[in-house]
Amino acid sequence: MKTPALTTKSRLAPALWLLLLCCSAGTVQAQGQLRTIHQERSLYRNILVTEDGSRRCMRFTVAELDGQNQSCRFLKDHDKLVFPYAKMVLTSLLVQDHPKRILIVGLGGGTLVHTYSTLFPQANIIIAEIDAAVVKVAHTYFDFTATNKISVAEEDGRLYVKRAGLRGEKFDLVILDAFNGDYIPEHLMTAEFFEEVKKLLGDSGMVVANTFSGSRLYSAESQTYAKVFGKFFNIRMNTSGNRIIVATPQALPDAATLKQRAAALGDRLAGFDVSLDEMLQYIHADTDWDTKERVITDQYSPVNQLNN
Amino acid sequence: MPAKSPTPVAPRHHNTLVLCLAFISGFIIMAIELLGGRILAPYFGSSIYVWGSIITVFMLSLSLGYLAGGHLSLHQPRLSRYGTFYIAAAVLLLPLIFFGNEIMEALFLRMQDPRYGSLLVSMLLFFLPTAVMGMIAPYSVRLLVVEHERSGQIAGLLYFISTLGSAFGTLATSFYLVLWFEVNQILLTMAVALLLAGALALVVGRKAAITPALPS
Repeated sequence: MKTPALTTKSRLAPALWLLLLCCSAGTVQAQGQLRTIHQERSLYRNILVTEDGSRRCMRFTVAELDGQNQSCRFLKDHDKLVFPYAKMVLTSLLVQDHPKRILIVGLGGGTLVHTYSTLFPQANIIIAEIDAAVVKVAHTYFDFTATNKISVAEEDGRLYVKRAGLRGEKFDLVILDAFNGDYIPEHLMTAEFFEEVKKLLGDSGMVVANTFSGSRLYSAESQTYAKVFGKFFNIRMNTSGNRIIVATPQALPDAATLKQRAAALGDRLAGFDVSLDEMLQYIHADTDWDTKERVITDQYSPVNQLNN
Repeated sequence: MPAKSPTPVAPRHHNTLVLCLAFISGFIIMAIELLGGRILAPYFGSSIYVWGSIITVFMLSLSLGYLAGGHLSLHQPRLSRYGTFYIAAAVLLLPLIFFGNEIMEALFLRMQDPRYGSLLVSMLLFFLPTAVMGMIAPYSVRLLVVEHERSGQIAGLLYFISTLGSAFGTLATSFYLVLWFEVNQILLTMAVALLLAGALALVVGRKAAITPALPS
């Protein structure tokens, strides 16, 4: 779970504003200041938990207080989603509602787990998270808890998906939200991996992937999804550097159907500060990328280079 | 004090050839090690265990290769045999290129533990070609050394050249080759390079073996 740097600056603005407000009001408190409340080095990265007056965030980074937030939540209202990206993920419910079995690759602060388990308390949610330290930090600082409906597999997402496929498991919804310090790990964005994910979806499942829209990778990623799934939905907002991909082996619903579903879901997502009616405008299935870009495969993935 | 050497002193261009070939093998060893992470990732992930396995196997196979190469250099060291090491390494790379996925798939199904799964698969895929390439270093030293006083200097020069090759192999592969080519295209090119290097050493070595025999 991650949002690109594009939004990091704009997210800092309210915090700075709050700080200024506090000072000018004469109540000089550290309330609005960004501070680190926990830091640990795991096998894979540095994990930082930071807090300002209103939010607590998880970061994977080296330089203190720099880098990009993986996950944030408001201190007062845990349901309300901080980032547009999480709202964009929820918008995928327009394509397919009522998931009973959900796989989330990449835990982060557990925002999506919280959201989906609140919306669908009967659903079984499995999280593949490579880093045991992230699970621990999510538990301690973000109230993430495994239950009889929510379980964590502490292993590489690619391995979990491959084994689940071999066991013949099916999921209604697979959410790809695994990030390292920079971007999505290379082996989690190849055509072969998406084929393995597709196998988990059966005829009717849906994959929802959190990606960025700003880099040269945009075209290569789009080409790769198109190769495996054919036409897919993009959810993009101009206030966010994220792009959410929604793909399914089924035919995509038309605009009228999406509108109908938005109406049917109504205000169910209001608690999360999401209005599907409003989100409708951001979902489209146009080919808005360079179709000459090469498909990313296990054999060919210049991901690091394209990402810069 | 030139002691009588048991083998005829090699012509100067032989030394240049040996150093060039050592550079190539150094380049290729590190290129393959670096690609190893890519090759294993789809089956064993990119966890720290995978890199641990790959590095362990490369160190282990090189160490045994050094031992074997040193031992072989005791008996009639010659350029033509040196060439066969390169050809053997090229041939031993082929299973990795053509059956790598099948081998990893078979092991993936049997090994649940990501540590020993990746260790075993690294062993199967990388041990033999790397061990043979490890034999090259001590054998090169033997081909280059004519006076024991200069043996340290020659060994230093050889390590300098082959490790420089390794540095370039790492850089070229990670910065450029993976950007332009598929993993198997790179591996196949390396196998061909090893084959050509071996053939060159064979031809030059055979010529040298015939020529000095003529005047006497």
